[in-house]
Amino acid sequence: MLRDITIGQYFPGNSLIHRLDPRFKIVITLVYILMLFTGSSVICLSVGALYTIMAVLLSKIPVKMFVKSIRPLMPFLLLTAVLNVLFISGGEVYFKWHFIKITSDGVSMSVFMIIRIVLLIMGSSLLTYTTSPITLTDAIERLLSPLKKIKLPVHELAMMMSIALRFIPTLIEETDKIMSAQKARGAEIDTGSLVVRAKNMVAILVPLFISAFRRADELATAMECRCYSGGNGRTRLRQLKSAGRDYIAIAVTLIFYAAALAVGILTK
Amino acid sequence: MAILETQELTYVYSPGTPFEKTAVDHVNLKIEAGEMIGVMGHTGSGKSTLIQHFNGLLRPTSGKILLDGEDIWADKKKIRDVRFKVGLVFQYPEYQIFEETVYKDIAFGPKNMGLDDAEIKRRVLETAHDIGLKEELMERSPFELSGGQKRRVAIAGVMAMEPKILILDEPTAGLDPAGRDMILGHIQAYHKRTKNTVLIVSHSMEDIAGFADKILVMNKGSLFCYDDTERVFSRAEEIAEIGLDVPQITKVFIELKKQGLDFGKDVYTMEYAKKLLLRQLSAKEVK
Repeated sequence: MLRDITIGQYFPGNSLIHRLDPRFKIVITLVYILMLFTGSSVICLSVGALYTIMAVLLSKIPVKMFVKSIRPLMPFLLLTAVLNVLFISGGEVYFKWHFIKITSDGVSMSVFMIIRIVLLIMGSSLLTYTTSPITLTDAIERLLSPLKKIKLPVHELAMMMSIALRFIPTLIEETDKIMSAQKARGAEIDTGSLVVRAKNMVAILVPLFISAFRRADELATAMECRCYSGGNGRTRLRQLKSAGRDYIAIAVTLIFYAAALAVGILTK
Repeated sequence: MAILETQELTYVYSPGTPFEKTAVDHVNLKIEAGEMIGVMGHTGSGKSTLIQHFNGLLRPTSGKILLDGEDIWADKKKIRDVRFKVGLVFQYPEYQIFEETVYKDIAFGPKNMGLDDAEIKRRVLETAHDIGLKEELMERSPFELSGGQKRRVAIAGVMAMEPKILILDEPTAGLDPAGRDMILGHIQAYHKRTKNTVLIVSHSMEDIAGFADKILVMNKGSLFCYDDTERVFSRAEEIAEIGLDVPQITKVFIELKKQGLDFGKDVYTMEYAKKLLLRQLSAKEVK
């Protein structure tokens, strides 16, 4: 069911990773992504993998959750792997049939890409699993605040994002409900031919859009009733404070990044 | 034989995560054909989860549901037929309306059943009449109607499938007293005419006390009691203890009993209370 979607889901806890300052977590995730993309060989990535395993263990989030976050992307992963195997040639030829050629370079490239993507998903899932959406957008707002100088509506963007994030579960729940209601009237949604299913999507989308607009309208009124008038002069209940552990975390990340780079240069 | 039966029905939400919750816990019950049943329970008591099992929208974690003596999950492909036999009207059903006209929206269910146009027309017009929607509304857009009318269109959409069992989840939620009485009246009339089994979920006894044959009470995922209306009301104090509201008139009579005026009977409708009190008063006058 739709309830099983885990990307972007927050997984409450009190581990070291949970307690890190969200601003640092975002920066660390960016450095991590950089580390994965500059790593040019499987050995470089293994440093990244080591780092990921360490972080996952520290977060105390069951490994099962990460498997779950990768599962919906399996078709995409397989496609990447197949394309790489088929279209990259070079090195030893394992298999040849008409225009299809499987080579050692192709195979190692596809293994490399799979590892890279899996690590990428795991790392970014870790960020959203350990940080509640609200703190996450708070942190983004703070990180982007220098851009206010060039008249970028940072607060408004962050507010839009937190509202959007806040309503993802609500809309999923709503979709679930509407789907159930239409199924109760015999609509074929997970069964039946593609044409029938596409037709029945209308029965879900129309009520969903109507309720989304209704909710937006109600929310706008409710915010105005509480005198919301944009970011100017707004203060916060929870201030973000960095602590020693945040600097240590970022230092560790940078060390790993340096190690990955060094390994890459040494093994070339 | 019971038309609907559950055996050790259990349902767990999000198993294996911190959000794991047993919503329905080993429920055994038998529902006889033709009865009007009130389903009561607190928010989160598992009543909504329970009824979504009756038409196969949720698949039990363990246990069985038997419709006409047959396990509804015996053949997964036939689950759609179960949904035509057991009609379920969700809470705030007006949010599921999507067609351009009232007629088309009511016809959506019957159409999915694969009926021919003449039969669909008969059913749509008949149910519209049953639920008190005038014929001139049929070609209007459902989104132009009032809240109460929309609600009735949505209920008609399920009734038009002519299910053997009709389940309504809080059909009167958010309506004013006049709208509430109207919908309950139409449901009663439908029950009388079709003799089909009807289940009405409500958290207020006031709504269903007057006409339900039996009452099913859920508490914390378990079946608290399932019995004839009178017998359930004889446990009014226990029911109040698990946080459910008993009819105001029942509360008055419980209080009277404490003050020493015992009628020896449990009172849950106004008419009955009136009769008892008048009898008591006239008896006094004779003295």
